[in-house]
Amino acid sequence: MSATAADRGHPESRPRASGLARRRGVSVVMVTLTCIAAAIAVVPLLVILAYLLRQGAGALSLDFFTSMPKPVGEEGGGMANAIVGTLMLLGIASAVGLPVGIGAGLYLAERRGTRLANLVRFLADVLNGLPSIVMGIFAWQFLVRPFGHFSALAGGAAIGAMMIPLVTRTTEEMVRTVPQSLREAALALGYPRWRTSLQIVLRTALGGIVTGVLVAVARVAGETAPLLFTAFGNSFWSTNLQQPIAALPLQIFTYAISPYDDWHAQAWAGALVLIALVLVISLIARFVTRARHGGGHD
Amino acid sequence: MTELVSIRQTEPVAAGVRGAPCALRAVALNAFFGATQAVRDVSLDLPANEVTAIIGPSGCGKSTLLRTFNRMHETVPTARITGQVFFHGQDIYGDDVNPITLRRYVGMVFQRPTPFPTMSIRDNVAAGLRVQSGDKLDRRQVDEIVERALREAALWDEVKDRLKASATGISGGQQQRLCIARALATAPHVLLLDEPTASLDPLSSQKVEELVYELRKTMTVVIVTHNMQQAARVSDRTVFMLSGQLVETAPTRVMFTAPSDPRTEAYITGRFG
Repeated sequence: MSATAADRGHPESRPRASGLARRRGVSVVMVTLTCIAAAIAVVPLLVILAYLLRQGAGALSLDFFTSMPKPVGEEGGGMANAIVGTLMLLGIASAVGLPVGIGAGLYLAERRGTRLANLVRFLADVLNGLPSIVMGIFAWQFLVRPFGHFSALAGGAAIGAMMIPLVTRTTEEMVRTVPQSLREAALALGYPRWRTSLQIVLRTALGGIVTGVLVAVARVAGETAPLLFTAFGNSFWSTNLQQPIAALPLQIFTYAISPYDDWHAQAWAGALVLIALVLVISLIARFVTRARHGGGHD
Repeated sequence: MTELVSIRQTEPVAAGVRGAPCALRAVALNAFFGATQAVRDVSLDLPANEVTAIIGPSGCGKSTLLRTFNRMHETVPTARITGQVFFHGQDIYGDDVNPITLRRYVGMVFQRPTPFPTMSIRDNVAAGLRVQSGDKLDRRQVDEIVERALREAALWDEVKDRLKASATGISGGQQQRLCIARALATAPHVLLLDEPTASLDPLSSQKVEELVYELRKTMTVVIVTHNMQQAARVSDRTVFMLSGQLVETAPTRVMFTAPSDPRTEAYITGRFG
């Protein structure tokens, strides 16, 4: 700030007033910029939703949820097999990802600071950043090739492995929020350490862990790459875990790259259903979180 | 009362005897956190069926000393002790002693109430009981013991109509008495209280004090407190600690009227701490 001779007559007021005006100006500009950035951040979601509704709602009917895909040229048909397939894949993924993820997270939180815990935490973060196609190749190498055929199990295991780091880190965060005093209270009552961890600590953190699990499920529900050469997709009805199984993302992919207009419409509808599924899971997660924070008393 | 007590895994009938003159005895006890020494060369006898108060300024090692009595000290990383502590004549730091078994005989209540938030009032009281009995008690037995413990903790009348309600829904003072009931449910021989009224309002504190006064009939109580009036009111013996060292131990009446060490006198007359 440069002080002129005139300013020196009022050393307090003049420079400070102009500085304040300038700071206010900068503040207004910055707030506007961050508002615009925030708006831009949510615009893609809104545009996608609007566009999906416009393109997909037309092909969406009760039939879409209950019928099988029809051959090219025939009207109607649905993705019942892909919807059920996706739910089954998510079930398998949870069966694989949850026990490992929750167990690892509990270990990281209860044994924090040990060298092994730090290593595991680092590896979980690396795994989290692993491209999903790599996970697919890995699952193909070890769960498809040895058995000689694609299978729902291989697909579920692939996306289950993707859930592990997500669930591990949220479990760790949630378990760390459990006060040390509760662990001490349990130990002082004669609880062995393993019962303290499982029955006191894990139970106390359960609400938060459930939220984290739902977020992880929502996150992998739309994964396509790991399923391409594991679950593979299936145009027929199959709930056999040993056989290839249909999945919404795969069906969308297949229909979208096809040259037929009615398949394109079906792909839009499939995308709409998939995003609705993710949205519902996210909403349940929020609801669970709120119930946990608001429902402590009675 | 002669009841065989064993905290050893290998000698189930080897005996300390309940009712023996000393419930707990510390011999040349030192406790450390890493390189920091919190308790220095403390030797101390805690007579059975008496209330012993441990007083001293903040950071003097009173809580640490208390936590060496049920081996909670060692649950903190880098914490260790040297010296010995005897419970009914058995060295609790002996190789064949399981700390979990020890903690079933030596219960503890902490400064802040620690009800388990996922459990009902009833399940909180029954928690230690379940673990210690290996989940073998039937419903009726549990109910009986829960009621007895809640009555002993002077909480029964206040919660008997909402035993299934969450334990976090009652007041702080009630939660602390709930924690005492939880410790009493397993019928420990010694109860360690670590500033049990520090976070309570005066009325709740008074209830806890009355409770402590009653408990001496059936068990040995060790209470750490910042409040000298409280020590004077509830205890039979008082132990004064300073900088990790035991300065003086005497019957409470003697300690508060005619302390033998000038540092004790300075502390209880409020000249420091």
